[in-house]
Amino acid sequence: MALIDQTAIEIAQKIKQGEILAVDVLDSALERVRDVDGRPGALDDGIRSLEDEKKVHAFISLTEVRARKQAEEIDRKLQAGIDPGPLAGVPVTIKDIFCVKDMLSTAASRILANFTAPYTATSVARLEEAGAVLLGKVNLDEFTYGSSSESSAFQPSPRNPWNTAHVPGGSSGGSTASVAANEVPLSLGTDTGGSIRQPASFCGVVGLKPTYGRVSRYGLIAFGSSLDCPGPITRSVEDAALMLQVIAGADPKDSTAFERAVPDYQAALKKDISGMRIGLSPDYFNITFPDPATGELAHQEIQNEVKKAVYHTAEVLAGLGAEIVEDVPMPNTVHGIPVYFVISRVEAASNLHRFDGVKYGYHTEKEVRDLNEMYRLSRAEGFGLQPKLRILMGTYVSAAQYSEQYYQRALRVRSLIRGDFEAIFDAQGSYHLDALLTPTTPTTAFKMDTVYGDSVLMQYTDQLTVTANHAGIPGISIPAGFDASGLPIGIQFLAADFREDILLQASYAFEQATKDEAWRKVKPQVLQ
Amino acid sequence: MSEELITPEMFEHLVDLAAIALDPSQSDYLRGELNKQLNAINELIAIPIDESIPLAAHGVPYAQADASPLREDCWEACENPEEILAQVPVSEDGYIIVPDIPHSDLE
Repeated sequence: MALIDQTAIEIAQKIKQGEILAVDVLDSALERVRDVDGRPGALDDGIRSLEDEKKVHAFISLTEVRARKQAEEIDRKLQAGIDPGPLAGVPVTIKDIFCVKDMLSTAASRILANFTAPYTATSVARLEEAGAVLLGKVNLDEFTYGSSSESSAFQPSPRNPWNTAHVPGGSSGGSTASVAANEVPLSLGTDTGGSIRQPASFCGVVGLKPTYGRVSRYGLIAFGSSLDCPGPITRSVEDAALMLQVIAGADPKDSTAFERAVPDYQAALKKDISGMRIGLSPDYFNITFPDPATGELAHQEIQNEVKKAVYHTAEVLAGLGAEIVEDVPMPNTVHGIPVYFVISRVEAASNLHRFDGVKYGYHTEKEVRDLNEMYRLSRAEGFGLQPKLRILMGTYVSAAQYSEQYYQRALRVRSLIRGDFEAIFDAQGSYHLDALLTPTTPTTAFKMDTVYGDSVLMQYTDQLTVTANHAGIPGISIPAGFDASGLPIGIQFLAADFREDILLQASYAFEQATKDEAWRKVKPQVLQ
Repeated sequence: MSEELITPEMFEHLVDLAAIALDPSQSDYLRGELNKQLNAINELIAIPIDESIPLAAHGVPYAQADASPLREDCWEACENPEEILAQVPVSEDGYIIVPDIPHSDLE
């Protein structure tokens, strides 16, 4: 076992106890990256080779020199008797949607390919202050717009370490791939409609979307400002608790980050789950989506192996003393994606208007008549198809003549979705649940190039995660086994506002209870 | 197949509002996807809604005690103006240079 195969908690503990050096852990991480990652994503990357198809391609920028300075500083501090923090010497990757001072911060888009951030995102700064070593920036869907990471302008896009013919999910696909391939134990992702939990499920890792406002959004290049949540991606629940502990909390630079004390997540996760009330809802076992051939709404059950994994989880938790409550009604789940098509597009279009070729980023080289033509050409050449699609839809549904029909209606349906959760988590209500247990995704990871291009079908892969973003509540995806083709299955817990402690407690209980099951011993394809 | 709500004419207007330019193949793809998405969005119209259901601009309700206090509104010097200006595509003597700004009358 290489040093980098350990969890963040194990690495930090051993470094602090002087058993290993931070620079040796960094070297181990770099060796793993050389072994499995292949060439990093780049603009105008040329032809995809057969060798490319066997690699992970998580990275856009590998920041080896900066990382080595950080690791050496950790070792120097320990020599001097100074505690470097709870993440002492732990290598992390950062989704390239966060600004890091003096580093390229691309959003995986041509329009920001040359943008060097003048400041650092709060969540990244907190990781570094806690002693983490920033190994590099990892790939994603362009501006986070997608669920497979294939829309990145930086190709080759990431691949699933369990089977590189399949997508890692998205948009935090570089983050989850880098963690699943043991290139790092921790990665910082973002979740706007499921972009931490869906790729975590596809890659067999832990992904936690905190409550909206639990983690600062300062320095995050915005997609949907009322939906975006930075959060941890890890291989163990305990690491997720530690990472959330580090990044959570109020921030004077983000007025939407709540002024609310951060509980001790690591203490919470080891509490007994006896008496915990965990719900199962039939509305999370069926999906509704427009048939690609006819456009008519089709209904079907989720993949059977995924359903079985959820019921297996419920049985394990019941064996630990949890009370399983079945047939919990969540009637507005089905509206999650149509609402998201409206709200997220309006917010995206608004956020993307700042990219104009004037102040920073891509600027057309063509001769232009006037400022308007310069805007149009810079944006035409700088943005890929997915940002353009979101700008156009956001512009349409927020237009004065359509706003009531679309945007205002979507905001009211968002209230109904929120109401579903308020009803089941209400301590005085009929269900008074502590958590809802659901599949994370309707299927396991799909093959590369099979869904990309169909923007409607791609969006519906987030059907079971997007409701938490509308409601603002926290959610976590954890591994729960594999399907017949060896692809990971994820299950999701959802809880009331700011109850990340319950998510971690239930997840840890399941993880510990199943730690000796055979599927836990299987290694990703790229590590075999 | 459902009707096309976004016609070619409306699409051209949207492209203009969005300040982007498209080649014909991009236009065909994007207009097709917009109409498919609108087909999905139109499902919302069938949901019984009345005005007593509040507009949810965000999910988690904010109490006064939860909100960060506003920072004092005071001028602070930028720490690194040269670095910021160094990223400007076209600049001169500390000013950002843009092409002619076309005049248009407000309707």
